[in-house]
Parts: sequence; C-alpha cells; structure tokens
Amino acid sequence: MRPRFQLLDRTLIERIIGEAFQLIKEPGVRVAPYVVDLLRGAGIEVRDGVAHIPEAAAQAALASVPRSFCLYERSGKPAVRYEGDAVHFDPGSSCLNILDPKTSGSNDWQARPAQAADLVRMVQVVEMLPQFAAQSTAMVCNDVPQEIGDWYRLLLVLWYSEKPVVTGAFSASSLHTLLELLAIESGGAEQLRQRPRAIFDVCPSPPLNWSEFASQNLVDLARAAVPAEVVSMPLAGATAPVTLAGSVVQHAAECISGITIHQLAQLGAPIVWGGAPAIFDMRTGKTPMGAIETAMLDVACAEVGKHFGLPTHAYLVAGDGRLIDAQVEMESGMSAMLGALAGINMISGAGMLDFLACHSIEKLVIDAEAIASAQRLIEGIEPRGDSLAVEMFAKTGLAGDFLKLKETRGLFRKEQHFPSAIVDRGLASTDGATPGVLERAQNRVEELLSSYQRRPLPAEREQEIIEFALREGRKAGLEGLPEILRQEYAQQPGMP
Amino acid sequence: MPENAYTKMRQSIVNGAPDTASELAQQALRDGVAPLDAINQGFVPGMQAVGEQFARGEMFLPDMMASAEAMRAAMAVLEPELTRAGKERPTAGVVVLGTTKGDIHEIGKTLVGTLLTAHGFRVHDLGVDVAADTFATKAREVGADIVGVSALLTTTMRNQKGVIESLEKAGLRPRIKVMVGGAPVTRAWAAEIGADGYAKDAMSAVTLARELMEQRTLPVEEPA
Repeated sequence: MRPRFQLLDRTLIERIIGEAFQLIKEPGVRVAPYVVDLLRGAGIEVRDGVAHIPEAAAQAALASVPRSFCLYERSGKPAVRYEGDAVHFDPGSSCLNILDPKTSGSNDWQARPAQAADLVRMVQVVEMLPQFAAQSTAMVCNDVPQEIGDWYRLLLVLWYSEKPVVTGAFSASSLHTLLELLAIESGGAEQLRQRPRAIFDVCPSPPLNWSEFASQNLVDLARAAVPAEVVSMPLAGATAPVTLAGSVVQHAAECISGITIHQLAQLGAPIVWGGAPAIFDMRTGKTPMGAIETAMLDVACAEVGKHFGLPTHAYLVAGDGRLIDAQVEMESGMSAMLGALAGINMISGAGMLDFLACHSIEKLVIDAEAIASAQRLIEGIEPRGDSLAVEMFAKTGLAGDFLKLKETRGLFRKEQHFPSAIVDRGLASTDGATPGVLERAQNRVEELLSSYQRRPLPAEREQEIIEFALREGRKAGLEGLPEILRQEYAQQPGMP
Repeated sequence: MPENAYTKMRQSIVNGAPDTASELAQQALRDGVAPLDAINQGFVPGMQAVGEQFARGEMFLPDMMASAEAMRAAMAVLEPELTRAGKERPTAGVVVLGTTKGDIHEIGKTLVGTLLTAHGFRVHDLGVDVAADTFATKAREVGADIVGVSALLTTTMRNQKGVIESLEKAGLRPRIKVMVGGAPVTRAWAAEIGADGYAKDAMSAVTLARELMEQRTLPVEEPA
C-alpha cells in the first residue's frame, strides 16, 4: 500500500473548484494585450484588460491538458514522469546568493552573490545524486550580464548535466533564445518537441494577473510544445485571502486561467498544475517557506490539481533560517515528507534557505538525505514472499539467528535505505570523534565533485552550442563563455 | 482638554478604529482643542504605542494597518484645520517610494508607505515598475529627503542600483538619502550599491528613515 497524505475531502475540493470558477468569471483575471485576441476568438469576454472566463471555456481547456508526459535525459531515456502520484525532486531555482562555507570559520558561513562557478558545482553535485530526477537553473550568476542570465544558466546546466531541467525565462523575448538552445542540444526543434528536455516555470502575479511576460511565455511555450509549469504564488493574508482554503481557491483560479490561455494557444500542449504558495507572516511580513501552513498550502493546491487528473508541482524542502541549522533542516525534512506523501510529481526547493534568498550546496546534500527517506517512506511496507514471518521462523526457530538467513541477505537492500555518511550512524567517526553535520556535508560535496565526470555531447553539437552561445553572448558584451571556454573546452584542440 | 480625551484618541489608534478616531478628532475641534495638540498629545502617542507593541511581537501587521488607517482618519479631520489656521504639521521628512523597474510587487512598499505616513512622513508613492529616472524626477519635484526603493525579485533587485545612479546623474545624491528593501535585499547588497540604509521590514524602515533624517541634518560639506 502506498502511504498517502490528504488534507481536503471531496466536498471541500468541489467547493474550492466551484469558487475558483466563480473568480475567473467575476472579478475575472487580468491578462496582457498579447492574449486578448486569442481569448476573444474563443468567445471569452475581455474588458479593460480583464478576461471574464466562463466555466465552460475553462472546463474545455482543462479537459484537453495531457494527463501524462515525460521529461527526458539527454540520452532520450524518460527521467521524469509527470503523471499520477509519481514523485520527483529538483533543487530550488533562480537564487541570487549562495552560502559560502569558505568565507570564514566553519560556524560563520556567509551568503554572497552566486557566480557561474557555483552553479556548475551545484549542477555537478545534483548530477551525482539519484534523489534528484531533474536539475534546475538554480542560481542567477552574478558574473554573467543580466540580460543573458536566463539562457546562460541553462547553457551551464545542459553542458554539465544529462538530466532534464526545470527552468524559466526572465523575459518574453529571451524565451526564444532558451528554446533555440534546447533545440540545438536536442538535435532539432522536432526532437525537442518529441522528447522535451526541460520544463519552463511561468508565474502569474497574485492575485489573478497574467502579466505581459507570463502571458507570452504561456502562449509561446504551448506553440513550441515545450512543457510549461504554472507556478502560482498566493501569499495568504497579503496577496491572497488569509485563510488557507481561500488561498487554495485563488491558486486554483490562477492555474485554471493560465491553463485556459495555454490550451487556447495549442490544444493538448503539456502543462503542469504547480505553485509556490506561502503564508505571509503577520509579524514580519516575510513569506516563510518552511512554515507548516506553507506546506499545507502546497499539498492542498496539488490535491485540487489531482482532482482534475493533472500533473502537479510544488515548492517544498526549503527552510527559512540564514544558516544550515536545526531549524532549516527540520523545516526542509518535514516538507519533503509531506510532498512525497501527497504524491506531487515535481517538488522544487531543495538546497534553499533564508526565504528562498540563498542556496547552499551543503544544504542540498543534507536535503538529499531527507528526500531519500521520503522516497523510502512512500515505497511503504510490502509483503515479500508467501509468508511474512512464519517461513523465516520455520528456518531459524527460536534461536532467532536471522542474520544468517538467505532471506535476510536477499531482502535487506529492499527493506532498508542506506544514507550517506551525512546521516551519522557511526560510519564517519574516527577515533571516537564524529565530525559535525556541516563538516560531513562539506566532505560529501567534495566527494561527489571528485567523482563527477562530464559526459560531452557529440562534437558537432557541442561546436554548434558554443558558436550559438558566443554569438548570443557577444550581443550582451560577454567575452568568452564563463565556466565553459575557460575550462576543459578550451583544452580541446580545434575549438574556438 | 481633559486628559482622558487624549487617552481616548491614543486608544482609538491602538484599537485601529478609524470611525472612533475621526469622531474624537471632530469632537476635539468642537471643544476648541488646537489641532496640533490633538495630533501630538492624542493620536501620535497612539502610533508610538503601536510601534512599540509591534516591535515586541504583541501586535501584528493587520493590526498595524488598521492603526495606520485610524491615524489617516484622524488626520483627515485635523489637517484641513491646520491648513486653515495657516499652520502645517511639522513633517518628519519627505519620502519618495516605489518598486523598481520590471517589478510589480507592491505590498512591502505600500506597507512602508503606510507606516511612514502614520509616523509623520510625507510620502509620495510612485507605485510599481518605476523607471530609475522617474524616482529622480519626482525627488527633485517634491524636494525629497529620502528615496526608498523596493524590489521583490532577485532579478529586479539589481535595478535598485540604477536608481542611485540616476540620482547621482541628476546631481541629487548629496542631499538625498537612499534606503532599499525587499525580500532578496540584504545589508551587504545595500552597501555594495551605495545605498544609505537597508531595512528588513516595514517597522524597521520607519526607524531607519528617522535615523537617515538625523544624519541629513548634520552639516554637509558642500562642494566649493
């Protein structure tokens, strides 16, 4: 039996959906000029920039969304299944700062602006961790010009990883550069369409507003048949109703309206019911990602998406403290469990702390252990063999010598998950002294980085990517390709 | 003016009761209380109490918003009387506020504006998605003491720097203090871009604005 966690009963889900349909009709949803003709063409009234979407139009769009699709590894192997209760994790996205363990003494790590080299380190670590089915464009690289920041970080991920990528564009126009880059990596736009390597987060602005940038991204992604992920972010009490149920209604209305725009652009294009909701802390005005109510919002929002049979996404496994400590790991571990138990298809957020303002590779490897535990949890308890215990007792009797049984040897790997040395079960201790968790995390990062080996793309495709990146980079005044041309690529003969 | 009338005024602010605050202000005028006395001895102490309780974690943001609304209701009654008498409530400072270019998030910025207003600042709120030059133009127009720039996104936070550059280009920087805030903003970032201050939340922004005003009154070396 697969263990499950549910917060909403059917009656409440139906009320939530009923009110969401009311909201998209009245007061309606603010939309950008880019999609007005598209909506009017479908008979949807748009007045003063506000679309009043009738339930029937939204229902038709919801019905045409694929219930299942995959993201693929570079090799063409499906790696992420957006369907049913499949659960995957990826690191949090678009962070500006990184927690640097090298800034000073081990108890005084400092956040500093992230650089391309930090993203590369994180990508390499994620590549080595089976807990993460996908990469994310995790950081904004401060040493790369801002206007090319979005495609450049995708370039770094594609260069150093074969896993699929959760990404996003920073503007309406740059989306096309990202898509072009992906198409080159996939060997053509058609190959990318057949076997998508990335999914793009698209964020409505709460409440109920699809900006020019977000509206365009929805339409352009649908037409390119590259998967989109609605990341609706109601802040309960600030930009959304203070009640959790009320915020879930708003989330549903934002998702449904986004899906309507998206499906009108291209029926049947893949899209995910996703979000990064949070409560608004009434003492500080902060948006705690580690609050239990935030996790409850994530789970409840996903339940509504599941009610429609749609693929789902949420933002969990992030903590709010400024340093890696008991607080952030308590928050991250709890929400990893809840997300997994809720059967959310893609759970983003691992590695992040300080209200999503800071990323940490060391936190990411600790989170990976919480994720592994959550993954073990949802495997549940399986009956293995014809008898649960009687046959084993028949062999060993009351001597109780289970360690010698062949069943023990045959089954212990299925029953038990073995964490890395980050989880202190005595493996890491030397001379009776166990290094602290931060040191264990640092050691783990170094161990993963030292065993990482980059797998190059076919030479012609690499050449094409480099030429494309150099050309696009020059437009923004970028000299060379940070973290690519400076490093091993420059060592290959005949390369620019 | 009986002391307990001031107490009631103070309490109406603490309770976040705009109707009561407005009625008390009108009553005070009918009773011949000087508008400045009603403000300074009745309503302002209420806002101070709110600030203190908020800092102690005994009041919350919705309470504070209600108190600011009550303050606004009282001032709406008293300020026209001040003007009629040819007086002006001494302002704590003139602030131009806005959210940076490319960013449409306004809640934090609006909260700061509300609290600054409640604490006696004259606030010009430019709204969201504000170009750097617009900050400078408005600051010149209203003779701003402080420019406050908010950003919620890591990507738009960088535009805070552009506002400072724009103020420099306009020659306004020596006499205007710049404060920055928003979820991704840190003290280190504020220092890096040359802002004069960073506040982690709306209440600290009020404290910061007061500090910046004090710094402003220190003699400034004018270029020869």
